[in-house]
Amino acid sequence: MHSIPGRRVILSLFLAFLLLPIYWLVNMSFKTNGEIVSTMTLWPHQPTIANYMRIFTDESWYSGYINSLKYVVINTIISISVALPAAYAFSRYRFLGDKHLFFWLLSNRMAPAAVYALPFFNLYSAINLFDTPWAVALAHCIFNVPLAVWILEGFVSGVPREIDETAFLDGYSFPRFFVRILVPLIASGIGVAAFFCFMFSWVELLLARTLTSVDAKPISAVMTRTVSAAGMDWGLLAAAGVLTIIPGALVIWFVRNYIARGFALGRV
Amino acid sequence: MDKTINQKAWFLVLPVFLVVAFSAVLPLMTVVNYSMQDTFGNNQFFWNGVGWFKELLDPTTDLGGRFLASLWRNLFFSAVILAIEVPLGIVVALSMPRQGFSVAVCLVILALPLLIPWNVVGTIWQIFGRPDIGLLGYVLNSLGLNYNYVSNDLDAWATVIVMDVWHWTSLVALLCYAGLKSIPDAYYQAAQIDGASRWAVFKAIQLPKMIAVLLRFMDSFMIYTEPFVVTGGGPGNSTTFVSIELVKIALGQFDLGKAAALSLVYNLIIIIVCWIFYTVMTNAGVERRVVVDKKGVK
Repeated sequence: MHSIPGRRVILSLFLAFLLLPIYWLVNMSFKTNGEIVSTMTLWPHQPTIANYMRIFTDESWYSGYINSLKYVVINTIISISVALPAAYAFSRYRFLGDKHLFFWLLSNRMAPAAVYALPFFNLYSAINLFDTPWAVALAHCIFNVPLAVWILEGFVSGVPREIDETAFLDGYSFPRFFVRILVPLIASGIGVAAFFCFMFSWVELLLARTLTSVDAKPISAVMTRTVSAAGMDWGLLAAAGVLTIIPGALVIWFVRNYIARGFALGRV
Repeated sequence: MDKTINQKAWFLVLPVFLVVAFSAVLPLMTVVNYSMQDTFGNNQFFWNGVGWFKELLDPTTDLGGRFLASLWRNLFFSAVILAIEVPLGIVVALSMPRQGFSVAVCLVILALPLLIPWNVVGTIWQIFGRPDIGLLGYVLNSLGLNYNYVSNDLDAWATVIVMDVWHWTSLVALLCYAGLKSIPDAYYQAAQIDGASRWAVFKAIQLPKMIAVLLRFMDSFMIYTEPFVVTGGGPGNSTTFVSIELVKIALGQFDLGKAAALSLVYNLIIIIVCWIFYTVMTNAGVERRVVVDKKGVK
């Protein structure tokens, strides 16, 4: 690892490259539209929080954030709870069609959202879930459930089989073994899977936008409102953008010590 | 460790099967249904057999031409970003500090772009690249380069590629970094002395590298939101990737038959590529386990 010359320089340059566009967005969010359009300034000369105030006081804006968080949370709970038993089964047992099933699951993780946009619209309209957080949460299951199964399978495989056997000999029933022994043992794996579910559900837009219209509109769709007849409201757009980065940044900050283990996905 | 055969395991898998079948199989049936029919609105459908598929795979027709053009564009895009992101990600992973507070800071900054909603990623670069209000566009233009991603094909491509590198290189870096962490420090220092460190590093990032290539290929092959926000698929059709073309046909023109046929072919390509990767990866995984087992025996 020490063999790469100037590794500090490479790393610093790359991190700067990552931060610069984000800084620019933050910078713009504190400017007035007049300043944005008229002059090129590296920091806000007349800093204003008017853009943020508009978002926090206008219900159609801040409800977008609540809607987004709603379906992300529902999706994460559904994905993890159905994926746990399946991960155990894939890790411990061989059964008819197991490999094909596993591949079929993974292939759904890879399916393009664009293919499903229209059929999902029809499906969720037909069962009266259109424009609810449930529609988006269920739709996002198509890529999050396979991912959760895949990650959790790695973590369950890391638990020695002797533990299961001992528990069963001690008279634990399967559900009790599962809740009392297995789940606590792979708690960090569940955290990792939840992190990835949160991540992919939070960043997705195409399905979330297609499956909602008014009541459950996610923040990413609300943001398109900044285009009006009077032109773009750049400051407002930037402020809304910054606010969508914050939940992600908070989550990362809390899990920072587990990132390396998390990205090992229980495998490496 | 051999797995025991137990058909009752299906009961454990059943919830996943039902949830995914509900969101995958049901909609896919609708797609198959549409792909064989034509509609003139009013919910009247006509049997069209394999007509759409014939048109789709024939480059001389309008639909076929558009599909194949976007397909090649997309494959080229995937190849370019893989060629940049994988080596760059590995270099970044190798450059990471081994311990201390700086590790946490680096990891947080690296992970940040991964958790930004995709349309916001588009917005960030749309703003950043604008010659009038964006730092990048402004600097490039004041250096005398005539950079404008709205009107110039090459600039639009460069912007979309740099954006993707910005967005996803971290994923490759984090996966490889996690792999490198699996090398114990003691072994690591010893290996440096006897010169085996390159080999150890190579082995440690082999699997994460493959996972990264698989994920990056798939996600770049179905990329939609980011380029759509920045360039809208333009100028002209120059950055119209397969998903953008598909949404244009399905939700823009409401040409259900054409869109459905395109969806199926698109999905088929993805499943085939996915299968190849999956097989290669499973084999590598088996090899890895064998190596680990041998170590255990020793």
